[in-house]
Amino acid sequence: MTNISNAFKNKKAFIGFVVACDPNFEKSIDYVKTLADAGTDVIEIGVPFSDPIADGPVIQEAGLRAFKNGVSTKRVFEMVAKIREKTTVPLVLLVYLNNIFKYGYDKFFSACQQLNINGVIIPDLPVEERSEVAVFAKKADCSLIPLVAPTSGNRIKKIVAGTDGFVYAVSSLGVTGARDRITTDLDTMVSNIKRFTDAPIAVGFGIHSPEQAVEIAKTADGVIVGSAIVKIIAQEGTHAEEKLIDYVSNMKKALKQPETNRI
Amino acid sequence: MQNDLKKEQKAGRFGEFGGQYIPETLMHEIDRLVKAYNYYKNDPTFKKELTDLLHKYANRPSLLYHAQRMSKDLGGAQIYFKREDLNHTGSHKINNVLGQILLAKKMKKTRVIAETGAGQHGVATATVAALMGMKCEIFMGEVDTKRQSLNVYRMRLLGAKVHSVTTGTGTLKDAVNAAMQEWASRTEDTHYVIGSVMGPHPFPTMVRDFQACISAEIKKQLINETGKLPDAIVACVGGGSNAIGAFYHFIKDKDVRLIGCEAAGKGVDTEKHAATLERGTTGIFHGMKSIFLQNDDGQIDEVYSISAGLDYPGIGPEHAELAAQNRAEYVGITDDEAVEAFEYLAREEGIIAAIESCHAVAYVKKLAPQMSTDQIIVCNLSGRGDKDVAAIARYRGEKIYD
Ligand SMILES: Cc1ncc(COP(=O)(O)O)c(C=O)c1O
Repeated sequence: MTNISNAFKNKKAFIGFVVACDPNFEKSIDYVKTLADAGTDVIEIGVPFSDPIADGPVIQEAGLRAFKNGVSTKRVFEMVAKIREKTTVPLVLLVYLNNIFKYGYDKFFSACQQLNINGVIIPDLPVEERSEVAVFAKKADCSLIPLVAPTSGNRIKKIVAGTDGFVYAVSSLGVTGARDRITTDLDTMVSNIKRFTDAPIAVGFGIHSPEQAVEIAKTADGVIVGSAIVKIIAQEGTHAEEKLIDYVSNMKKALKQPETNRI
Repeated sequence: MQNDLKKEQKAGRFGEFGGQYIPETLMHEIDRLVKAYNYYKNDPTFKKELTDLLHKYANRPSLLYHAQRMSKDLGGAQIYFKREDLNHTGSHKINNVLGQILLAKKMKKTRVIAETGAGQHGVATATVAALMGMKCEIFMGEVDTKRQSLNVYRMRLLGAKVHSVTTGTGTLKDAVNAAMQEWASRTEDTHYVIGSVMGPHPFPTMVRDFQACISAEIKKQLINETGKLPDAIVACVGGGSNAIGAFYHFIKDKDVRLIGCEAAGKGVDTEKHAATLERGTTGIFHGMKSIFLQNDDGQIDEVYSISAGLDYPGIGPEHAELAAQNRAEYVGITDDEAVEAFEYLAREEGIIAAIESCHAVAYVKKLAPQMSTDQIIVCNLSGRGDKDVAAIARYRGEKIYD
């Protein structure tokens, strides 16, 4: 059992996302701790990229704020080092491939191993190109979290082969950002994925409300919330603790409802 | 030998460059596109339809013109211009667009989207979309909509919707980002007509194939006229489509120098340039591994050129490989040199060429005098310059509004 799959043990996982150095270096460290203490089971930390083609406006703007605060890959590792002094919550980096490539695959994943970063999500790395990264990730005991899209169809089998963390099921086409309505048939999508892997499946992209979480958790093993959390931080700046705790508590409560946990 | 090696390589790779580095949401569609392209490129009906369109609609073959006054004035090599500026819509972009939209039609798409820098690719896409009865939306950086406002109106006239992209630097790379995002949200009825030899496989190969008619024609026309191969081919490079089109059928002719001209803007030692191969490093962006202008952290640079069509921080992967093998050379041409060539060509030969193409003309002006009068340079005039006249006038301090 990896640190990540442990987070799914006997419960539906709540996975939260923050952008590194938003609203600033120190505060984003505090917020990871806040989210963890409020019960977030896995925390994704976004490494800002100049051209985030998978991200919608909310996360793009957070990236711009982070750049103003001098974010860099090195700085993100410094941030995680501080986080690791405070919490053992499973951590996953969301990072575009060019940042890893320029840092050096070997050096990047060695840093992940040293800091106990448990997984990496690379939005622009499809299974076709995974092998050049996979050797380094494996050596560092760092899970490469595969993404499955509503359009993946017969690609699912090769995408999820060998998954040791969790599978990220992308709920909607397009970019990240809260959506009122998710039109994808998630039940079918999740059961299609389950045919090919025993790894837990978490659904993300556009999820923001407890109602959505209840619905999704009927079939999936967890929900991932990005833009909704980033939006709270955008609105509350350096005083977001209370709202973050409220938000996570509500989502956790929704995921604990008995109907959600029916197997 | 090299070509044998290439065959063993994964499709879509040029040495270490190329590949398919894009979000999973698009991979299903990319897989379909690869299959469709591999099928139709060998389909006699498709080939005939495309050739007919190129000949009867786009005005191909384009002329190969011996610029005698300029050759004499420069006192060296004989200069020939490949007149892509005389194509319908005024640039080489139409060659690729006809190919891709015909393919999209075969794939039962009803809507096309495209990015554009100078507006030439957007105009070509809007034109062919009108011709083939497809819906069309164009993404263009806000900065570019201002410096190429005439082309914006042209696209609208042709029935396209033009989105002004305000994110990032508001130029070509941001237009590509926006178009990719739009495509990721809607592939069912939509094809993304990428405008250069860039992006994930199959685009660099497919766009190259559609542009390769340029070098096929040059070879035939020049041998007919002179019985010889050229000594050098010179073309401007943004993403690299007109250049690879002009180079392609000469890559195996090792004695033909292949020279790509990048935008050096205000100089490669300033921060304001787009000279990717001179100042860039290997990276992964816009679906491909290639050379990019970027910082040590892998963040893509803001780039600059007077020419909206060369204002791109990357280059197609096949060029990156041609450069790595030293098969092609890449040189930087500044704004000043390009503008000077723009004026020179107008006066000397009566041709107003696109400011993009004038980067190649500027290098020809340097190269020709170093060569002998029995040598030949072919310069690809990728587009015509009407769109640039007002901007050049302003550059020279004239008060003209378009
Ligand atoms: C006339 C002209 N030439 C060249 C280019 C650069 O593109 P490429 O390098 O793909 O030929 C453009 C792009 O807009 C153009 O309009």
